[in-house]
Parts: sequence; structure tokens; C-alpha cells
Amino acid sequence: MADITLDHVTKRYPDGYEAVKDMSLTIEDGEFVILVGPSGCGKSTALRMVAGLEDITDGELRIGDEVVNEKAPKDRDIAMVFQNYALYPHMTVRDNMGFALKLRGAPKEEINQKVEEAARILDLTQHLDRKPANLSGGQRQRVAMGRAIVRDPKAFLMDEPLSNLDAKLRVQMRTEVSRIQDRLGTTTIYVTHDQTEAMTLGDRVAVMRAGILQQVGSPMQLYNNPLNLFVAGFIGSPAMNFMPVHVSGDSVKLPFGEVRLPQSLRERLGRQAEGRQLIAGIRPESFEDASLVGDARDRGLTFRARIEVLESMGSELYAHFSVEAEAVESKELQELAEDAGGGEVPSSGEEGRIVARLEPASRVKQGEEAELWVDADRLHLFDPGSGASLTTDGDGDAGERLRRGREQEEAQAESQPESPATEAPS
Amino acid sequence: MANTPRQKLMWSIGILVVVLYALFPVAWIVSLSLKKPDQLGDKKFFSGVSFKNYDQIFKTSDFTHALVNSIGIAAIATFIAIVLAAMAAYALSRLDFAGKALILSGALAVAMFPAISIVGSLFQLWRNIGIYDTWIGLIIPYLTFALPLAIYTLSAFFREIPWELEQAAQVDGATPFQAFQKVIVPLAAPGVFTAAILVFIFAWNDFIFANTLTSSNSARTVPAALAFFTGGSQFQQPVGAVAAAAVVVTIPIIIMVLIFQRRIVAGLTAGAVKG
Repeated sequence: MADITLDHVTKRYPDGYEAVKDMSLTIEDGEFVILVGPSGCGKSTALRMVAGLEDITDGELRIGDEVVNEKAPKDRDIAMVFQNYALYPHMTVRDNMGFALKLRGAPKEEINQKVEEAARILDLTQHLDRKPANLSGGQRQRVAMGRAIVRDPKAFLMDEPLSNLDAKLRVQMRTEVSRIQDRLGTTTIYVTHDQTEAMTLGDRVAVMRAGILQQVGSPMQLYNNPLNLFVAGFIGSPAMNFMPVHVSGDSVKLPFGEVRLPQSLRERLGRQAEGRQLIAGIRPESFEDASLVGDARDRGLTFRARIEVLESMGSELYAHFSVEAEAVESKELQELAEDAGGGEVPSSGEEGRIVARLEPASRVKQGEEAELWVDADRLHLFDPGSGASLTTDGDGDAGERLRRGREQEEAQAESQPESPATEAPS
Repeated sequence: MANTPRQKLMWSIGILVVVLYALFPVAWIVSLSLKKPDQLGDKKFFSGVSFKNYDQIFKTSDFTHALVNSIGIAAIATFIAIVLAAMAAYALSRLDFAGKALILSGALAVAMFPAISIVGSLFQLWRNIGIYDTWIGLIIPYLTFALPLAIYTLSAFFREIPWELEQAAQVDGATPFQAFQKVIVPLAAPGVFTAAILVFIFAWNDFIFANTLTSSNSARTVPAALAFFTGGSQFQQPVGAVAAAAVVVTIPIIIMVLIFQRRIVAGLTAGAVKG
């Protein structure tokens, strides 16, 4: 077991495309870190560099205290679980799991004992002498896990290990993976494009976009304090609602009304925001049925909207409604929308569609006008140019960040029109 | 297909015609080989069973030598061809290197090349460098013509084996050669078999090279040796002996094809459709 450090690691392909740009990340010993992002963001490439299956163009990769840039995968003592499991079809489950030990020249009894122990943990004992072709998807997945466990390696690397399972099994295996990692306490890097997996599994989550690490933090940190539009839109389901807003004085003009900014937000925002157009992000649960709010009413905004669709989940209600809003242009939102298959995020914002999560006690009805309330305390504001959050506590104050964002943007505009993101292997 | 009794009948007749057409020459040779010398011209398909011809050919050193040569040369050529082709096909299917297209088109060109156009010069060359009428003198041209076939067959198989399997093996601690040997080759075994059988049959059946590049029993293979058969006496036709020898050389091929026919078919169609 060991910690893993990526120190300004870059992956550049011969055609000049940079899949991973200057990535720095330290995974502590025993930590479970999730790399998450849309397909093509470089997360798998990053993982494969740690495994040694891709060369590192620039930077340094350390496992333990050792620089392993030039080491072959076999000398790094890491185990990897592949998306398609990559089980050896001509070997039985037992041989699959024992393969690494056999290569290492371990004595037969030791191999048997370790394989059987892993099989017990994974509930595979009765399948040990079967071939992978005769196993179900979930069983194959567990064999792949078993192959990693048996090795007792310095780290587990998992490349979307659950994405080939059906929805129900995925939830089941998610718990399983979490349980096993907890039990073994092995350093783990887990790559996924599924934000739910990211939120539920990891100690820390690292969000990537276009080869750049966006934000690293605990799931709740990312959820409550996203550093930019991309992280805000990517984390959370249903996704955060975005709309263009104007800040004037103490208040901010939302498409459905004007609301006074709470003191804390105002302070963080400073003067820079005055008179500018920003993007507001509101999580679905920041809305509520106005009749259920009670005392909190005056720290938010009450407005009326026609509920177009009402989805009842039993424990909660999702109310969909539309707002008139000007167009919002943001590269990051566009990317998110594309990743979600289009339409989920109102990137053009001509007629923004909003999702609100309401208490099940709400009497709101589909097709009728309802009085809703939004919590101004939980408003997120973003700079439309750089996408940086202006309301999240991060390094420096928001005004500073806003200015920096604008400079960055200008610098970017000057240096050539951005090359179209080449489709990279995810 | 065959629904009504009438359709079934038509199908049966059709199949029978095709089988007769294909097997009649074989049956005729078998029948000839079982005749006594004086029955050869009797124009009957079946006139008793006599193994005299078989006795005779196995008594002549011409045939037994040729049989040993055939088996030895074909086996060695097959073995070398498969080892070389496996490595070449692996590189072609896995790696990107300069000259890859050249090798592939070169292999194709060799496969297309008419053998007859080079036997003449080979004959001269082999005599000059002293490998005329030797095993190696036949193994080299067999290798040359069998390799493209083997490379194409094998690379079709290797291509179907997912990259990840090898990477998994590498992460599991295997050297690239171990990954090739313990994961890729066992998985490509059907392909290796197919290629081996095809190469063996090619070498076994060859007549042109065997006839041109040999002059004695030291390297002459069966197809060539048949042409040099003589009868028991100067005035006797060697027809019976030739027929018996023809039957004998056919038997190993028939047995091999019967045993491996599924694999051969699977091998020939591999890569055509994603399985």
C-alpha cells in the first residue's frame, strides 16, 4: 500500500492533442479517489498513465516514494479492473484470479489459499472451476475484482468497472466495491462518468474536463461549493438549474423576480459584479412550495409559475416549469448539455426549463399555476466568461477571481481560436 | 427448405449428384488400387479385393522414402511457418510500425505469385549453392509460399483478441513475451491449428517444386515420386501401384480434415463477421 502522486503530469499524443494537461493530484495511502468527468475528458488516460499502459509525456508520477514514470506495468505492483473485465477466457475463475501470483512464482498452496479467501469475500467459491464465458455479468465483474484483490497490490485502479452492468446490479456492486475497499483499505483510483457513483463511493472526488482537473474535494464539498459552472452542472442529479441574471446594487434579477442578496453573498461578490450579467445556478432542492416554507420566506423570493410536468417519486416531487430568459452563452454549459445527450441543461437559455424539488406534502398540481419559493442563501453565481464561481469560498475573494477570469478569457481569445476538441478515448 | 416429401426428394437427388461428381474419381482410384494387375483393363468398377498393389509399393524403397520425405518436409515447413507467422501476425495486428503496409502487400504479392515462374531459376540457383535435392531445398520455397497464407489467417485471429487482455496480463505482472505466450497464443489456438493445417496441406500436395528441385530418393516427396513409378517388370503398367500410392497419400489429409474440419471452417471465416 502506498500513496500515489501525480506531479504536473501531462499526456500529449504525437498529433499534438493533449489528453491530460498539467495534472497534479495526491492520493493518500488507503484513500478512495474518484476521477469523474464526461467522456473524452482524459480521466481514463490519467488512470492508464498510473497503470503504466500509457507513457507520461511530462511530469512525474510517484507511487510510494518511487518515481515510476519509466517502469513497466508489471513492476509497479498495481492491480487494474477493466471496463470489459478482460478476464482470460481460456482460464477458469481460479486460474484467472491466481494468474498474477503464478507469474510471481508463488507456491501453489499460497495461491490456492489466497484465491479461496478472495472467492469467499466475493461469494465466488462455487464458481471457482468455471470459465468466464459461463458466468453472468455480475459474476464476471466480481472475478475481475477478485483478480485485483488476490494480488494485495499497492493500489487498485478501476476503469469504469460497473458501466457494463444493468442498473440494479450496478447499485448492488457499488455497495460491494465500497465495502471491499473499506475492508482492505487499499489505495484506490476509480474512474467513472457517472456522477452518482462518484458521489456515493469516494472519499474524494476529482472532476475533470477537457484534460484539466477542475476541482478536487469530498462529495459534499463539490456539491455545496462548486468552483465553477462545470462542476456545478456535473455534480448533482437532477442537475443544477442555470439562468442568466443581472446584479444591481444589493439585489439580483432572476428571470422570475428580483431578490435581495444575503449579506454573506454580497460581501463575497464585492463591487466587480455590479451591473454585469452573470449566470445563476440554483439546485432543485433550493426551491420549495411557498405554502410550506413558513418563517424562512423573507430570506428568499416567492414567485408564481405554471407547473408543466410534475413527477412524484414518493419521497419527493419534481416540478418542471419554464422561465423567460435571455440567451446564456457558456462553453462549459454547452459541453455539459452535449454530454447529457442534449437538452438537460438550458445552454442557450431562450426558454430556460427549471426543475424544482418539492416536499411530497406539497399540493402543487400539474398544469396549474403554483406559488413557489427560492432560497436566496443557496444561490450560486458564476462568471459567464470563465465559468468561475463567484460565490464559493475558494482561494482569493470573488472579485479577484472575477478579474482573473476575465483576463484568462482574453488571453485565450488572443491565442488562436481554440482547436475543436478531438474525440479522445475516454 | 425441405418441407414437402417432393422437395425432400429433389434435395436428396441434388446432393447425391454433387457427392457422386466429387467422389467418383476418388472411388475410381480406390477401385483401381484394389485390382490385380491383370484386372486393370477389365472396365469393371469392382472386381474383387486384392492388396497386392499396396504390398508392392511398401516394398519399394522409392515409395517409403518418398513418404518419409513428404512427412518430414511438410512437418518442418509447417512448424517453422507457424512460429514465424505467429510472431509476424502478432506484430502486424498489434503494433504500428513503419513498413507495415509494405509487409502486408508484400505478403499478398508473394501469395499471388505463380510458382511455375520461379522454379526454373530456383533449379539453377539450388544446384549452384548446393541445396538441390535436399530437404532444405524444398522447405524454403514451401515456407515462402505458405507464410502469407499463415500470416493472414493468424492476424485475423489476433485482431479479435481484445487489447485489454494483454494489458491485464501486463498489469498482472507478465512480461510482453509472457503475455503473448500465456494469453494470446492459447486464445488464438484455433487459428494456429487452422494455419498449421493449411500450410501442411499446401506442402503435402505440392508437385511443381517437388518434381523440379529433386532428383533422387533423398528428398523426393510422394506426389513427385508417383511420376517415377515403374511396374513390377519392364512390360507392366504401374497403374495399380500409382493408384495405391495415391490412396495412401490421401489418407492423412482426409483424417486431418475430418478431425479438424470445424476448426478449419471457423478459421477461414474468422474476422469476416464479428462474433
